[in-house]
Amino acid sequence: MTGFDLSELNEFLGRRMDDILELTGEHLLVVIISVAIALVLGIAIGLLVWDRPIARSASLTAAAIAITIPSLALLALLSPVLGLGWGPTIVALVFYSLLPIIRNTVVGLREVPTHILESARGMGMGRTRVLLTTQLPIAWPVILTGARVAAQLTIGIAAIAAYVAGPGLGQYIFKGLSSLGSKNALNYALTGTVAVIVLALLVDGAFVLISRYTTSRGLRA
Amino acid sequence: MAVLTPTKNARLDAAAGGRMSLLRSIASPVLVAVALLALFVWLGSIPLDSIEQRTLNADYIVARVQEHLGLTVAASALVAVLAIPAGIAVYRSKSRVFRGAMLGLANIGQATPAVGVVILLAIVWQTGYTTALVALVAYSFLPVLRNTLTGLEQVDAGVRESARGMGMTPNQVLRRIELPLASPTILAGLRTSLVFCVGVATIATFINAGGLGDMIVNGLKLQRYPVLVSGAVLVAAIAILIDWAAGLVENAVRPRGL
Repeated sequence: MTGFDLSELNEFLGRRMDDILELTGEHLLVVIISVAIALVLGIAIGLLVWDRPIARSASLTAAAIAITIPSLALLALLSPVLGLGWGPTIVALVFYSLLPIIRNTVVGLREVPTHILESARGMGMGRTRVLLTTQLPIAWPVILTGARVAAQLTIGIAAIAAYVAGPGLGQYIFKGLSSLGSKNALNYALTGTVAVIVLALLVDGAFVLISRYTTSRGLRA
Repeated sequence: MAVLTPTKNARLDAAAGGRMSLLRSIASPVLVAVALLALFVWLGSIPLDSIEQRTLNADYIVARVQEHLGLTVAASALVAVLAIPAGIAVYRSKSRVFRGAMLGLANIGQATPAVGVVILLAIVWQTGYTTALVALVAYSFLPVLRNTLTGLEQVDAGVRESARGMGMTPNQVLRRIELPLASPTILAGLRTSLVFCVGVATIATFINAGGLGDMIVNGLKLQRYPVLVSGAVLVAAIAILIDWAAGLVENAVRPRGL
């Protein structure tokens, strides 16, 4: 049992503020990089499969099975190949981000009302042009929601990635574990965990803004 | 709709949502069989040193798998027994404040990293199996409660009123109308928590709670990749199979009218 002392926590935070901010920044950066890569890949896969029933159900099934794999297992499997640090972390985070993004891309593209598609075709647009200038903008808010789910998910998984020397706040959580019994164990783990929660809530809020400003003007409520 | 709600467990909600496709019900066991066979052949083809032999034998592996499954099943069973009645209680209390507080808490719970919960609990309390069990239950409690609440609230008001109009008491309405209609959502929540527990039980190795995480961590620490890969493949196989089995159960117990 470790005692908890608020003034000690204060002192702890004061002395390590720079460190904490740096780790928070790293955590955010690795999540942004991973979700961005997953967005590009996921939208590309979504665009390829949304209209082909077999490819669509095959890719959704593969992604749904993939996502059940425990994150520590995946990180560990990647480490002999990719070593430690940022490499396996980013690959794992992209891996887990793909399901929500592919799924929402497919759902978004399929839910565009038929009469809109017909109007676009009637105006003389080709298939690709309809897809890129009509369907994709209409599906965008749904796709972005997929990215939002992916971001929440990867913020949590990134904390585990600290075990394979990944970047971010997970380092503080594990430092707490490795200094178990010492005075600062609780401070480390608590700081790491609370900072991850705050980051997750802030990122979630940021997505509301991103969605507002990147949705096609005609679609905004 | 599970696809559109931005929650962390949505990855699993989404995976669990809706009827399991035929493709998925075949692909999962086939994939697991192929992976385990490949692992077996690979381990048979390479020489194992003494450290690897100590881990890669039937006794050791069976013991770790038992610990892992024990932790997962115990936690999920506890969550089912605790969180579903709690969800019903929140639903029936009709108190807006209480409900809002619960959903708010559930959202913060979603933002909390599992590894943080497990390690914090180990620091303030103790390491070991009980702590891991408590952490798992605490972590899965809110999502299952939320699904129970959402499922009950989604029941069509007209259906509820017809049942009342037929002379059913509120308890009868709950048992015969609301719970069966909400059961797909509630079961999806339980399936989510089950798969999630397999993952978090892997992390439990950090606080000496055993399980297959032991093999992964030992393999990493000792640079014995056969041990690491075996642990990781086994735990992934368990997660995929549990999700698959839960999906089959979900399809089987769904009320016929739905």
